[in-house]
Amino acid sequence: MMEKSLARYIWSNTYKQQVWILLVVAASMVPYFLAFDLPKRIVNGPIQGQGFEEPDTTQRFMAIAFDMPFLGHVELFEGFPLGRVGTLMALSTVFLGLVVLNGLFKFYINTYKGRLGERMLRRIRFSLVDRVLRFPPVHFKRVKSAEIATMIKDEVEPLGGFTGDAFVQPALLGGQALTALGFIILQNFWLGMIAASIVALQALIIPRMRKRLLELGRQRQLTARQLSGRVSEIVDGIHTIRGHDASNLERADIADRLGTIFFIRYDLYQWKFMVKFINNFLAQVTPFLFYAIGGYLALQGRLDIGQLIAVISAYKDLPGPLKELIDWDQARQDVQVKYAQVVEQFDVDTLVGPHIQTLVTTPVEKLSDALVVSNLVLTDDSGAPLLNRLSLEIAPDTTVAIVGRSNSGAEALAEAFGRILWPTSGHITIGGTDLLELPESVTGRRISFVSSETYFFHATLRDNLLYGLKHAPLKTMEYGGQNQRKVKRNLMEAQRSGNPALDLNSDWIDYTSAGASGPDDLLKVIRPVLDAVMISQDIFDLALRSQVDVSAHHALANRIVEIRQAMRRRLQDADLEEIVAPFEAHAYNLQATVGENLLFGTMRQGMTGQALAAHRYFRKVMGETGVSAQLYAMGLAIAENAVELFRDLPPDHPFFRQLTFMSADDIPAYEALLQKLQNTPFEEASATDRTSIIRLSFSYVEPRHRFGLLTQELMAQIVKAREAFYADIPADLAERIERHDAEQFTASVSLMDNVLFGRLSFQEVDTTERIRQTIRDLFEELGLADHVLSIGLDFDVGSQGRRLNTVQRQKLNLARALLKRSDYFIFNRPLSALDQRAQDRIVTNILKDLHEEGHRPAIIWVLPNAQISELFDRILVFENGNLAESGSFEELSGKNGMFNQLLS
Amino acid sequence: MLLKDEVDMLRRVPLFSQIAPAKLKLLAFASERMTCREGQNLFRQGDIGDAAYVILSGTADVLVQSEAGEIRVAEVDKNSIVGEIAILCDTARTATVRASSRLEVLKISKENFLELMSDFPDMAVEIMRVLANRLNHTTNELTEARSHQQRVPT
Repeated sequence: MMEKSLARYIWSNTYKQQVWILLVVAASMVPYFLAFDLPKRIVNGPIQGQGFEEPDTTQRFMAIAFDMPFLGHVELFEGFPLGRVGTLMALSTVFLGLVVLNGLFKFYINTYKGRLGERMLRRIRFSLVDRVLRFPPVHFKRVKSAEIATMIKDEVEPLGGFTGDAFVQPALLGGQALTALGFIILQNFWLGMIAASIVALQALIIPRMRKRLLELGRQRQLTARQLSGRVSEIVDGIHTIRGHDASNLERADIADRLGTIFFIRYDLYQWKFMVKFINNFLAQVTPFLFYAIGGYLALQGRLDIGQLIAVISAYKDLPGPLKELIDWDQARQDVQVKYAQVVEQFDVDTLVGPHIQTLVTTPVEKLSDALVVSNLVLTDDSGAPLLNRLSLEIAPDTTVAIVGRSNSGAEALAEAFGRILWPTSGHITIGGTDLLELPESVTGRRISFVSSETYFFHATLRDNLLYGLKHAPLKTMEYGGQNQRKVKRNLMEAQRSGNPALDLNSDWIDYTSAGASGPDDLLKVIRPVLDAVMISQDIFDLALRSQVDVSAHHALANRIVEIRQAMRRRLQDADLEEIVAPFEAHAYNLQATVGENLLFGTMRQGMTGQALAAHRYFRKVMGETGVSAQLYAMGLAIAENAVELFRDLPPDHPFFRQLTFMSADDIPAYEALLQKLQNTPFEEASATDRTSIIRLSFSYVEPRHRFGLLTQELMAQIVKAREAFYADIPADLAERIERHDAEQFTASVSLMDNVLFGRLSFQEVDTTERIRQTIRDLFEELGLADHVLSIGLDFDVGSQGRRLNTVQRQKLNLARALLKRSDYFIFNRPLSALDQRAQDRIVTNILKDLHEEGHRPAIIWVLPNAQISELFDRILVFENGNLAESGSFEELSGKNGMFNQLLS
Repeated sequence: MLLKDEVDMLRRVPLFSQIAPAKLKLLAFASERMTCREGQNLFRQGDIGDAAYVILSGTADVLVQSEAGEIRVAEVDKNSIVGEIAILCDTARTATVRASSRLEVLKISKENFLELMSDFPDMAVEIMRVLANRLNHTTNELTEARSHQQRVPT
């Protein structure tokens, strides 16, 4: 249970610090009041001359002496004798010292309170996330992730700021207010009583008015939280929204919510300032009563005028602390409401116990007992029965197929094995221990559950694949020098906020449980698993399409020359060499665009074609070599052709897709431009016109566009311009352009382009697939397949793994579990997105592979079709939540029962 | 080969004979010119059809997978069109087309092909004629096969 009262929560976690800070505040009062008293002494003493009546009088400075009962006068230090100016300087210096001391106290108190608050915030945020990690499965069906995130991020934020003031502020302000009140009462009892009763009135009325304020605050918090929940629903459900043309329904909903929030907030403002107004009014009533009643009494001679003035001047110290106290109280209630609202959401009765998730760094023993199901009853969220009183036993090394139509209870049983569905009654036990009582260090390592639902974190494919091996930090990291101190500090701080001291930088991967000995041979165990789920090719293709991090994969990058040569040989052997037009430093590449031929390289990140075209050096080279004029003529011809071809076509005509160098909207503009530039030689055309014409020539590829514009001379000229461009290239361009170099790996293009080192000719049917196959064989031959796989594993899978398709996600989800080498594998239709044949092949692969290795895990597989169940030792047939049949394939297929129906 | 030479070539294809040269040039520009070497598949039975092909030169076999293995059902040559069925009916390729000599083809994507048909009803009629011819041919063969089959059992 979480502490419901914020004050108690803060006190129980920080009472030591609160007491300390109270003591410091009390100590800080001493120089504070001394500094108050000092100006009077300076003015009265050295400036006005009190005690310095004679020109050469001296006074003793800093004498420490006091009168004590029984002992009489005690003098500890007789002080320095100082003259008038000396005393002035000495007292002023003391004043300066007190100012500095006060400042330092303030500085210390504020940073201390700030740190206290931040620690508190860290503690509460952590404990909330900790609770999320322990929510029971059913709770996740009711909460929205964005709402939880808002609570943890935003709603508890003010708690941090309040923590430091929680006890110090009321003590301090309350003390000040009481002192002021006591002082007034001392001056005049009845006037004091008047002041006290007004304060009591304030204390009575204001909190009542606040009730409405608090209610509004609560509503504001709830509506804001729901808003963020809805926004995340819009993001997650965007395809559903657009697919049903419901975007305007969402607009209406959001507008409505914002309206509600607006009125709540507006109401809040009105009340807040209303309360302020009444508060101020009451505060001002007191002096009015002093003036009116006190004055009347004084006039009648019943009150001493001196007393009245003393009361009024004493009163000026009361409203300040009182107002701050009221503000503090408002903040307290506000934060208390926020806290209570959050706690309510996180206070879940059936939270998973902390002992279930304790950190275990040692290897977990193999499960050698049978999985025993006894009287198991499962129901869904609404209470509908899914499985009726099932009892069975599954031995630790058998393979069990579960078949049945959907909703037959087969999936429900698998989910119960996976602890996603908790039993309504009955138990699942292993070696006498309830599955729900087993720590996750056992169930998460020795048992693997995979369903068709996948989840991937926004990280690389590798991180996601190895996620199932990261149970605990397995290596104690050695930090040196500066880092060591930093790490130590981080650890200490974590403990102060009740956070665990787990080192994120440690190696969390449990290599042994994957059957590897360390990072070096991990790929050796990953590969067969990826092959088994038939995703190796996809990952290989991902690698081919991605840019390679040269520093991480230098072994491959260093062999690029060899790879390219081998590739060329292979293409020659397969009589495919004309498919790739290689880049040659002194030749025109017909399959590449004119622009690519000019640049003969790739632009690094941050560089654009426009930036290059605008660069002085580039323009100079283009002009001097005469290429500009030539490309201008070419651009004009392209524009003419394009306008002639496309003039009469409606803008949405599919033919426009082939027109790569302009869009349908550009046609009229170019038509007008052609008219304007008729008979205008290159020299006379304006710079903008030139640019828009030359631009066209850059994307021209002769074999593709076939306008017959590229002559041998022009090609030679372009190559010459390219050479001139690189001959004298300034440093700022050189570092932003990666020139094609047959000897070097090009970091800014994909691995495929690196291997090809040329342009693919698309003129032949089926080229891409043949090339891919060739490259695949090539890497295998060169022994670089693992490197390529590793590059593929660097792929960033995107938010929730959405950059992968559903089939890939389901395959990887399965692979992630297979890597763990558990004792029990529970597969709940894990490959539902795949077609039947592919599913059957993967089932076969896995059954074969898992049992070939020697250790025989139990496999419990909810199968999509009955045929493939022949491969399993035992078959369970479910119907309407009951176990209808059980036995081997031969036994069941011989009978005329449910299984035979499913088979046909 | 240049665009204008292709236009001359396309004009000789009966399918496009009614279409104005300017439009043919546009079609040629919007389509991809491809080659296919001898023995290679232009497309395979069962693949998803995304384009039709006009054969500009060369010959190809039309093959169908059967229980007895691959059967050659027809041969196509210069100026004929293949692959249009998968586009028109939105089905998978009904046969494999394999080059029996080096092929020069014009690949017309599905969208372009459909657009052309709606722009030029003459072409649609021509396509119908081609398909009707093929159906006629198929019916004849089927009749022959059936009668053959009926004779056998006795």
